[in-house]
Amino acid sequence: MIELIKQPWHWAIAGILIGLTVPTLLLLGNKKFGISSSLSHICAMCIPAKIPFFQYDWKKEIWNLYFVTGVLVGGFLATQFLTNPNDIIVAESTKANLATFGIDDYSKLLPVQIFSIENIFTLTGFFFFVIGGFLVGFGTRYAGGCTSGHSIMGLSNLQLPSLIATCCFMVGGFFSTNVLMPFVFKLL
Amino acid sequence: MKNIKYLIVGIAFGIVFVKAEIISWFRIQEMFRLQSFFMYGVIGTAVMVGMLSVFLIKKFNIKTLDGEVITFEDKPFNKGLIYGGLIFGIGWAITGACPGPLFAQIGSGYMVVIVTFASALAGTWVYGYLKEKLPH
Repeated sequence: MIELIKQPWHWAIAGILIGLTVPTLLLLGNKKFGISSSLSHICAMCIPAKIPFFQYDWKKEIWNLYFVTGVLVGGFLATQFLTNPNDIIVAESTKANLATFGIDDYSKLLPVQIFSIENIFTLTGFFFFVIGGFLVGFGTRYAGGCTSGHSIMGLSNLQLPSLIATCCFMVGGFFSTNVLMPFVFKLL
Repeated sequence: MKNIKYLIVGIAFGIVFVKAEIISWFRIQEMFRLQSFFMYGVIGTAVMVGMLSVFLIKKFNIKTLDGEVITFEDKPFNKGLIYGGLIFGIGWAITGACPGPLFAQIGSGYMVVIVTFASALAGTWVYGYLKEKLPH
């Protein structure tokens, strides 16, 4: 059993379990599945700086911070105790594309050629961590949600604005992957 | 501690993220290059399960475990959905992570992602600071 769990899980298993998070949170306490709002609550808690957007009672949303702390702990537990020792299996076509950028190490879930401590103070780190992270935080709040709040919770509740947001996430991602990133890789 | 249950749901969620390799930068590359069905399968299945759940909760007026009424709010449309959505999409492909996987990546021991996370917090803060000046 444990050997089975250690293998990478099928997309249908993952999809069902992620989808079930929606009713689980609703049934546990009428909570709406959403993750990016946790970033807002942390800002409201730590650095509100009299900005009206952060003037709300974040303590009422504290369940969300418990939830994301759980995600972090879950990541730790899965990696410590349930890890798959083999290389991650990635589509050959993707591997061929990434090889042209010098990325060919599949020993970890994240490419060590980008996501390593040595890269923090390099242009690579600046682009992938600082700029990338900033766009994630800025964009999700501007859009009023992320993949969980819009694409899963919003679509589950048949919200047209969430469908529009999801389409924009995808358009941004296609542009970034196929146009922006190849250009940036040439510069790095 | 009534919030511990959310911590536990979060733990289960984080384990799924790692075990299905959704936190992998490579999976996001495959998705945005249309070279693998995997992420489309995950998100599509999750949406179908979520939709069915919400439908059943509404149809049968299911209450929370404490007997509270379950409410749904409409998401209002504004142009920020488009601008913000495009911006987030660009960042999603670069970092290989939406906000959920960021937490799971840090938990998995990818310490550099703390930088990404701090920058995401900064991005959220700057949005709050500039909100009134941005087109919505």
